[in-house]
Amino acid sequence: MRINDVILRTVVRFVVFIILTLAIYLFFAGHYSPGGGFIGGLVIASAFVLLYVTFDIEKVKKGIPVDFKKVAALGVFLAVGTGFGSVLFGVDFLTQAAKKFHIPLLGEKELGTVMLFELGVALTVVGVVMTIIVSIAEGDGD
Amino acid sequence: MQLWMIFLPVIAALFMPLLFKKIKLHTGWFVLIVPVVLVSYYASKIGDRATYASWTWVADLQLKIDSSLDGLGLLFSILITGIGALVVLYSIFYLDKTKEQLHNFYMYLLLFMTAMLGVVQSDNVMSLYLFWELTSISSFLLIGYWFTRDASRFGALKSMMITVFGGLLMLGGFLILANITGTMSISEMLLHTTEIKESPYFTLAAILVLLGALTKSAQFPFYIWLPDAMEAPTPVSAYLHSATMVKAGIYLVARFTPIFAYSTTWIWLIVILGLITLFWGSFFATKQRDLKGILAFSTVSQLGMIMSMLGVAAMSYHVDGNAENVFKYAGFAALFHLINHATFKGALFMIAGIIDHETGTRDIRKLGGLMSLMPISFTVAMITSLSMAGLPPFNGFLSKELFFTTMLSAQDFSWSTVAVLIPVVAWLASVFTFVYCLYFVTGIFFGKRHELPKKPHEAPIGMLISPLVLASFVVVLFFIPNVVTDALIKPAVLAIQPNQFLTVGDIDIHISMWHGFNTELLMTIGVVVVGFGLFMTVKHWRKVYSLVPEWFSLNQLYRRMMRLADEDMTKVSKRYMTGSIRTYFIYMFAAIVIIVVSTLFMKDGYAFDTAHASDIGAFDIALVVVLVLGTLTVLFARTRLTAIIALGVVGYSVAMFFVLFNAPDLALTQLSIETVSVALFLLAFYHLPKLSRHEARLPFRLGNFVIALAVGVMVTLMALASQSQKLLPSISEYYKETVYKEAGGGNIVNVILVDYRGFDTLFEITVLAIAGMAIFGMIKLRRKKGADKNEIK
Repeated sequence: MRINDVILRTVVRFVVFIILTLAIYLFFAGHYSPGGGFIGGLVIASAFVLLYVTFDIEKVKKGIPVDFKKVAALGVFLAVGTGFGSVLFGVDFLTQAAKKFHIPLLGEKELGTVMLFELGVALTVVGVVMTIIVSIAEGDGD
Repeated sequence: MQLWMIFLPVIAALFMPLLFKKIKLHTGWFVLIVPVVLVSYYASKIGDRATYASWTWVADLQLKIDSSLDGLGLLFSILITGIGALVVLYSIFYLDKTKEQLHNFYMYLLLFMTAMLGVVQSDNVMSLYLFWELTSISSFLLIGYWFTRDASRFGALKSMMITVFGGLLMLGGFLILANITGTMSISEMLLHTTEIKESPYFTLAAILVLLGALTKSAQFPFYIWLPDAMEAPTPVSAYLHSATMVKAGIYLVARFTPIFAYSTTWIWLIVILGLITLFWGSFFATKQRDLKGILAFSTVSQLGMIMSMLGVAAMSYHVDGNAENVFKYAGFAALFHLINHATFKGALFMIAGIIDHETGTRDIRKLGGLMSLMPISFTVAMITSLSMAGLPPFNGFLSKELFFTTMLSAQDFSWSTVAVLIPVVAWLASVFTFVYCLYFVTGIFFGKRHELPKKPHEAPIGMLISPLVLASFVVVLFFIPNVVTDALIKPAVLAIQPNQFLTVGDIDIHISMWHGFNTELLMTIGVVVVGFGLFMTVKHWRKVYSLVPEWFSLNQLYRRMMRLADEDMTKVSKRYMTGSIRTYFIYMFAAIVIIVVSTLFMKDGYAFDTAHASDIGAFDIALVVVLVLGTLTVLFARTRLTAIIALGVVGYSVAMFFVLFNAPDLALTQLSIETVSVALFLLAFYHLPKLSRHEARLPFRLGNFVIALAVGVMVTLMALASQSQKLLPSISEYYKETVYKEAGGGNIVNVILVDYRGFDTLFEITVLAIAGMAIFGMIKLRRKKGADKNEIK
């Protein structure tokens, strides 16, 4: 007999988006207030874990058709890429640059290559945490 | 040209496998060309001035391959190539092409020839050492030539261990010399003798170099490898272990005499060890049953004799004026006997090989009465043995007389009455030499004929040529000694005693066959009379040898030391390499604690100062209590589940500390990471096998407790000491000033992580990625049960 967990499923459907929003906030706020790529990544991962706990693995895989190993690899690649990117401009490895842009609706905002580096960190964290948890969950205990 | 000559044999060696496999003729005939060419080249140099050729190998390190053909180098070169030619000729008839791997044999032999020529011609200590070790290696290969026999391998290993031991110490001596003088060249070192003499390392260098010479020349107590090296094919024994390689040590002593003779330690070590070797070898030669064993001990004894004469030659450096004349003969006598020994001992080994070849045994108890069957071998053996015993009309007589002269003169140098013993020991050793010479000849050729494995008959003529040539030298050298000494020995003496003679013309030594009735002649007559008496009564005093128990010998000492290095050391290793990680952790932690705490107090680095300490609030105290309680729970928990949860408590209280100490980023990270790791712990706990799920407290172990306490105390002391003495201001002021202006950020922690020190973060995420891949790999790529064990499919 299956346990009827309709309450859990309903709550999770809302809560996941709240968590993801918080994660994106933490990620973008990182440069000025507590947060950043690492914590942002961990929180995104926790949202996914919550999905895995509530729904079965096959279903989540269909909903999020991502290979998390590739996400981790992409993250490291991005971080190294920003490092080499600065070399292309004739400055030292991993020198970060920033520039103020005028963005409609948001006004004057500063965008920098630091964001790309942070994105690399966040993607790595998400990829690694999910790889570990998914592979342990799938590995049949024998 | 001169340099090419050194390397000619090793170049020729490269063609040996081809010659052996493609051409039916015995490979030895091709090899023979090499020493013949060389000996004629070196013979053509007799009488010339010393010539020098050099090839720089590594200029910055003064590494050169030199060839310095002075008198001493030329004498040895002629000896090496001359005897080498005879030995190759002999080996052609001794070794059967159809049964032996001849290309191996001749390659090793030619390699040895190059090495030996290199040793005696090198002017550079490094190239001398290079060639020196090459002789050890080629000798190792030649002794182990019949590698399927246990005794061959044992003998090869033993000679390798001992000679390489000496060689390495000798290298140390060379390096000290090079360090003092700033040059690697021996001839340049001779110009710096005063500096060397005054150096505090002078005696050490002398002893180290001497150890190299003593091990190579089989002197007491390092002679033990030579009898075991008799497992080599007989041409090898004749060549390496009687005529050439064992004389490398003699060469070394002679070559370095002008440098080290100023050290009396050097002199007395050589004289005393030489005499002990001389007596010991001759005394134990009579005990041997094996023909080559007798000859091996005889070689040891004769080398001791030459060595002791070189020691006396060095005494001439300590006296002036007329007194020097006393020591005039010593270097000369040593080199003269060196040549004589090479001639008669080479021939004797070849005879022993012939006997072995024709009768099938080398045991002297089984041999006897072969005189009428093997007349030529008998004649050669008789001539050479009597020469070895020191009787006229053979060359051994002349050198023995000179030896007695030398030993008698050594008394004049004495500082004590003990020196009177020198000629006495020398005389006694000569008596025993006489005894074993008779024992050797009569044991083979006289008496009753026994049943032998093969039907004995005279050896083929080809095998007899080499011993006949050597035996004729033995006789010729007696009648015309001065021709040889003028050409070869006098130039060589210049190298040993340059303090006495400046040119060859200064050496006014003339050997006469009849030198009147003097002490030396009386001593020789005494040797013959007493020796003959001892030989006739040998049955009665033979028991003397069994007085010494079997375990009390140098061979046993060698075995004991080898066992110490092998089995006993394995036991020691097993004692501390338990394979238990617990033990290794104890070693590591104990080492860390001892090093850190002793440094802290010996260097006076400990300080305790509360001036910069902050105030402690109520929250702090409460959190510390929680933390300590959590930690204690981990230690004393009865079940693992409790321990895991207590660990979580510790982690969360640390996060609370981060909150309290204004580190929000750390607190956030710590909270989430602690959650993940507790979950992983629970997972691991869940998968524990049922059987080993000990639901019990950690057992108390005193060792663990002491180590844990010590580590805790050490870390506390370190923390207090470093907190109490902050010598430099923190770098964080810079970050505070520039975090917004230059990095464009507000969160100083995050900006440090991604901007100031992004490099660290880059590799931390790489570590994370690798860990993730590894976990994925461990879980997903497990070998299925019963699958093929080979992972690569």
